[in-house]
Amino acid sequence: MIAYPELAAIRLGYGLSPLMAAPVDPAQVLASVAGAGPDADAISVASISAMQRDLVRLRRRAKAGDRKARAQADDIGALSDRMIALAQRREMARALDAPAGFGERLVRFWSDHFTVRGGNSERRLLGVSLVDEAIRPHLGGSFADMMFAAETHPAMLLYLSQQGSVGPNSRFARKRGGGLNENLAREMIELHSLGVGADYTQADVRQLAELLTGLRYHRDRGIFDATRAEPGPETVLGRRYGDKGPASLDDIRAVITDLAARPETARHLARKLVVHFVSDDPPQGLVDRLAATYSESGGDLAVVNAALAQAPELAARFREKARQPYDFVIAALRSLGFTGRQLLDMKPGVFQRGIIRPMALMGQNWGAPRGPDGWPEAAHSWITPQGLAARIHWSAQVLPRLHRVRPEPREFLAAAFGDTASEPLKWAVPRAESVRDAIVIALSSADFNRR
Amino acid sequence: MPSRRLFLKSAAVIGCSAAAHPWMSSMTFASTPGENRLVVIILRGAMDGLDAFQPYGDANLRGLRSSISIGPEQGAHDLDGYFALHPSLGTLLPLWKAGELAFAPAVSTPYRDKRSHFDGQDILEAGTGTDLAPGDQRDGWLNRLLQNMPGAQSRTAYSIGTEEMRILSGSAPAKSWAPQVRLRISPQAELLLRRIYEDDPLFHAAAEEAIEIAAEDLTPAQGTGRPQRDASGIASFAAARLNEETRIATFSLPGWDSHASQARTLGRAFERLAAVILTLKTDLGRNWARTTVLAMTEFGRTARENGSGGTDHGTGGTMLMAGGAIRGGRMIGAWPGLAEGDLYAGRDLMPMRDIRAYAAWAMRDLFAIPRDTLERVVFPDLDMAENPRILA
Repeated sequence: MIAYPELAAIRLGYGLSPLMAAPVDPAQVLASVAGAGPDADAISVASISAMQRDLVRLRRRAKAGDRKARAQADDIGALSDRMIALAQRREMARALDAPAGFGERLVRFWSDHFTVRGGNSERRLLGVSLVDEAIRPHLGGSFADMMFAAETHPAMLLYLSQQGSVGPNSRFARKRGGGLNENLAREMIELHSLGVGADYTQADVRQLAELLTGLRYHRDRGIFDATRAEPGPETVLGRRYGDKGPASLDDIRAVITDLAARPETARHLARKLVVHFVSDDPPQGLVDRLAATYSESGGDLAVVNAALAQAPELAARFREKARQPYDFVIAALRSLGFTGRQLLDMKPGVFQRGIIRPMALMGQNWGAPRGPDGWPEAAHSWITPQGLAARIHWSAQVLPRLHRVRPEPREFLAAAFGDTASEPLKWAVPRAESVRDAIVIALSSADFNRR
Repeated sequence: MPSRRLFLKSAAVIGCSAAAHPWMSSMTFASTPGENRLVVIILRGAMDGLDAFQPYGDANLRGLRSSISIGPEQGAHDLDGYFALHPSLGTLLPLWKAGELAFAPAVSTPYRDKRSHFDGQDILEAGTGTDLAPGDQRDGWLNRLLQNMPGAQSRTAYSIGTEEMRILSGSAPAKSWAPQVRLRISPQAELLLRRIYEDDPLFHAAAEEAIEIAAEDLTPAQGTGRPQRDASGIASFAAARLNEETRIATFSLPGWDSHASQARTLGRAFERLAAVILTLKTDLGRNWARTTVLAMTEFGRTARENGSGGTDHGTGGTMLMAGGAIRGGRMIGAWPGLAEGDLYAGRDLMPMRDIRAYAAWAMRDLFAIPRDTLERVVFPDLDMAENPRILA
């Protein structure tokens, strides 16, 4: 029987650490959710648009020959690149330092559920602010609120091509032409709410796309432009929207609230959570319980989180999941007592060569999942010959240069695994020919790479 | 060992059918998979075939598209007076002229109407119909080919890159590697790791493969993080393997989901695809003459340009074929036309034939796999119909 603290740290958090105690009960696990809210360094859309407005103005002056403006514009450009690099590390640092990492794991889970990916530096910064403004504030709140914040966030509008979607009969289109773009509408149903297996049609996608016209990010004018909105009403999954007065953001909030409340959405989200936290082959009983919890609570994520943190299936299905490369790298660094501060102090080149590039070789090109469906879950997607080789090679050749500690192997086993190390691992570690090899074996083991 | 048993069983099946068709026996009973080579490239994200091979001879194209796919006037290379090659695929023009490049303009898997990339790719790689839920389709069709290929060994097929390729996953052993990855550990650590992985089949299999491949000193290409160079590195690695015992290689190229500003986004993807094909040709040397490359995508895109200078998810798509073994320099299969009534659901290019039929005929002609095996096992319930004669 695995003790709850180890279970919680390994399955719900980023692993054990010699620097901090694992959470003793579900209450401590759930407290970490509140602790994963936006911090003082959070980046807002408002600050990004202000920065971009300055940049545009300065570049215009620079073009006209103003040297000082050019230097200032360059400074802002460099600043935004630094902010992006820092944001990436800031999130890793929080995961490294979190005593019970459940909140930070949920940040990753929901950021993956609402995947966006970069482009130029403005879009990458907006991607950071989506996590700070749409995900972190709602981890223990209502899913409908999180979904509305994510779907209407500029990073999402840019990533899923909503910017160019114009109602064919809108005021804008009558003057200047334009048409629908279905991308956001489709993913909103297929990935973000009902799930692809649900009973919906191309007509629902089309109608939702019409309802979403008007959603568009403009640095000065916000996220809604009524002149592009298709005159209503639209019918999505049998419900009519937009038949009262002119098109507005309220119609979009209404359809998102209804999508979030659908029983298919409850089942889709419950299944995704169980697949992510418990098993690639999700126990149906737990999926049903979480779905019921979601529906009965009106989509309250706090209640869903609590049900998950107490699930007996966490113990019954121990180590059925493979740690994704991000999860693996953070857990490895934590097990060796590496701190968030040390990560923030790393030189940019070292961070790239020591963390980001190796993660790409393990199969996870950080910040650039291959599509809006995010990273794959199945263990066999990650534990490939090349993926496993990249993990072993990193543990053996890269990690020792990032962090020059040489813990005594048996102490390290206790710190990294508690009482959960398997007999073969306990047999093998003392037989390594060096401390360095002992750590390589422990970190490369199936025990460590599963959770 | 289920894979070996399965292999013996399928070898027996082939034996029977070959006995019934004696004219095939000499190739069927060969103890090695022969000298022909197949490369399957999955273009993830749904390539706009109407932009790759632009049907500028169809008068409707102009009405559907205003900023993309406008033919030779905008720098595309005329191929046959009707179709033109996208400007960024221009480096492939000599292949077209040499009969080493062809395309099937309107093909699809059996997947319809929901237009999800992920289901579409799963079905393309599974090679099955739509009767199974996409998530339940574990085997890929290249793996089922291997299961039925006389003399196939694990080295016969390679999937390449840091991403898993479902098209090759299944019970027949195959190799998988990313040329950028290295593995350097002490012999003692290697020994101990092999021991602790013994109880975990997933880790055991991956580690044994990794140790074997890493020991071969493949002079790995430096991963640069730059898509263009990494893609060419993958093609180089594929060619090096194919020049030895490997006969089937598969990998994917991302970057085709062109919902907006297509002219800009697809240009890079086309350049990358062209670079990959040219790298294969150069590095395969004399073996290029025995090579067939099939580049497939999950579905096509809308015939009409959308509001953002891009295209949305569609149905009929285009397959690109290349290689010294093919009878190219031509369009293969039928062209449905772009008139309002010709489109699928009034919006997408009409698929004229199942993409699996082309792959099946290529496998029959390359590896002498009996038609019955292809229609029942590799692509269950497929009707291959007549041979499109991709190969020369």
